[in-house]
Amino acid sequence: MGNNNSQSIHLKKEILARIIEAFLSDNYEENTRLIPYDMRPKGADVPYRCCIYKERAILKERVKAGLGFALEDDDETKLLSEYAKDALKREKPDENPLTVLDAACAGCVPSRIYVTDLCQGCVARPCQSACKFGAIEMVDGKSKIDGSKCKSCKMCMNACPYNAIVKLAVPCEDACPVGAIQKDANGITRIDFEQCISCGKCVAACPFGAVNEKSQIIDILKHMKSGDKKVIAMFAPSIVGQLPGNIYQLKTAIKKAGFDEVFEVAQGADVTTLNEAKEFEERMEDGAPFMTTSCCAGYNQFVKKHLPELNEFKSTTGTPLYYIAEIVKKQYPDAITVFISPCVAKRKESMDNPNVDYVMTYEELGALFIAKRIEITECEEEKFETESSKQGRNFGVTTGVAEAVKSVAKNPDEVKPYIISGLTKDTVKELKKFTKDKSCPGCNLIEVMCCEGGCIGGNATINIPRVARKELKSLLDESKDLERKD
Amino acid sequence: MAKVSVKICMGTTCFVMGSSQLQDLVDIVKKKYGDDVEVSGSTCLNHCTHSSEYSKAPYVTVDDTVIQEATIDKVLQEIDRKLS
Repeated sequence: MGNNNSQSIHLKKEILARIIEAFLSDNYEENTRLIPYDMRPKGADVPYRCCIYKERAILKERVKAGLGFALEDDDETKLLSEYAKDALKREKPDENPLTVLDAACAGCVPSRIYVTDLCQGCVARPCQSACKFGAIEMVDGKSKIDGSKCKSCKMCMNACPYNAIVKLAVPCEDACPVGAIQKDANGITRIDFEQCISCGKCVAACPFGAVNEKSQIIDILKHMKSGDKKVIAMFAPSIVGQLPGNIYQLKTAIKKAGFDEVFEVAQGADVTTLNEAKEFEERMEDGAPFMTTSCCAGYNQFVKKHLPELNEFKSTTGTPLYYIAEIVKKQYPDAITVFISPCVAKRKESMDNPNVDYVMTYEELGALFIAKRIEITECEEEKFETESSKQGRNFGVTTGVAEAVKSVAKNPDEVKPYIISGLTKDTVKELKKFTKDKSCPGCNLIEVMCCEGGCIGGNATINIPRVARKELKSLLDESKDLERKD
Repeated sequence: MAKVSVKICMGTTCFVMGSSQLQDLVDIVKKKYGDDVEVSGSTCLNHCTHSSEYSKAPYVTVDDTVIQEATIDKVLQEIDRKLS
């Protein structure tokens, strides 16, 4: 998804690293307060905004999100040092994982269809006849759109032979598959959390970096520092290729960063595969037209909030995170569990699962390594107590889940997957059609992943999916196949 | 023998801050310059270790020139300068 290399994401990772450094220093509150000044000292270049004061003001807001606070109703007079102090008092992370930074957002004009200077004021006026709403009139010999009548149908755009009519885009609105993010009357973007499925597409889409995740990094560091409970990391299968080194060196690096134990979520994926294959066979025997997968947190939210009629066709099998967290909490009942995640959607899933205490994204883990100066490739390799299968480790790539189910099915030929790689306005329409028709022609197992390419395209990933897939392939080649016991 | 040597820092900091996405340089450079330029990934080049210099990562070196906040375009420009 998106361009993970953009400047706003670079900035976000730098801020996270600085917050962590401040926490680890001997004066956490004061050093947090100084972050905007350290990043833009007196006389520094002003790369993005009108002046250094606005730069710092926006950086201050980003630090607040990094400390885990909502920006919509924040107190501008409050110092960052006070926010830093309050972050330590928090018992639980905020319920809604996303927050919009108004000051950064204001640069975007409201979405509309617009006639540019390229309009030739032609005699044929195809735009006028194409418009079903009578929204186009001629002013000074050129077409003009009446905003109160325009429905943004784009018919005029397609009709103009000069390509003179364009759609002014609002990237977050365009990226949101469910219409949950919109500009309010003042031109400021707001997320409707009743509608939001926390998929993170708006985070990746906004060129101003105005949609921020509320980080739980301070909450996690606090538990590591107090040391009264074990803090255990569970990393998602899609982490392969997101950081240097292999997963066995990564295990050691994560321990060096302050975790007591490390598990592969792919181990939970193996449980998901076996249960899902069984469930699939039972449903097919009962005559169900199709079944959909259930491991993507964004998709699960989508069904719950926007297409509850699809729920009866959705697998009731738990997500890989569900199973691994259960295993870990059984072994370490008092431990704090942290899911290392490619996306923001899992924050929502984790809040609903008492076995998962916190979520740390790949970007945040990367920032932790930076702050602690940990070189992953210099770390020793450490194997896992239970090694995961090839199928489980491939869960984070589109087609991976369907292939896993197929590989353990009694009759693999009877599993006919339909793949949705990325929830968009178009694929939402497809799902609605399958639900209405109670049929998915020629297919019986619909795999849905909210992000294009699967979890490796998640909003908090670090590497390009194409490069990450290469790394994953070499791990899969040395992993064993999953076997069914029954 | 190659006339210009390009080293992409693949240390943890540079990787996280964007060098993971510079790996395409290997193919781009080979196509554009053939054997005149050699590109390789490197373990940490130690440019990020001073105070908060990680904010300028990822680092790439083109012979003895250090490029901060490296992008594919910046590196290609520097190669052109070296070859001209």
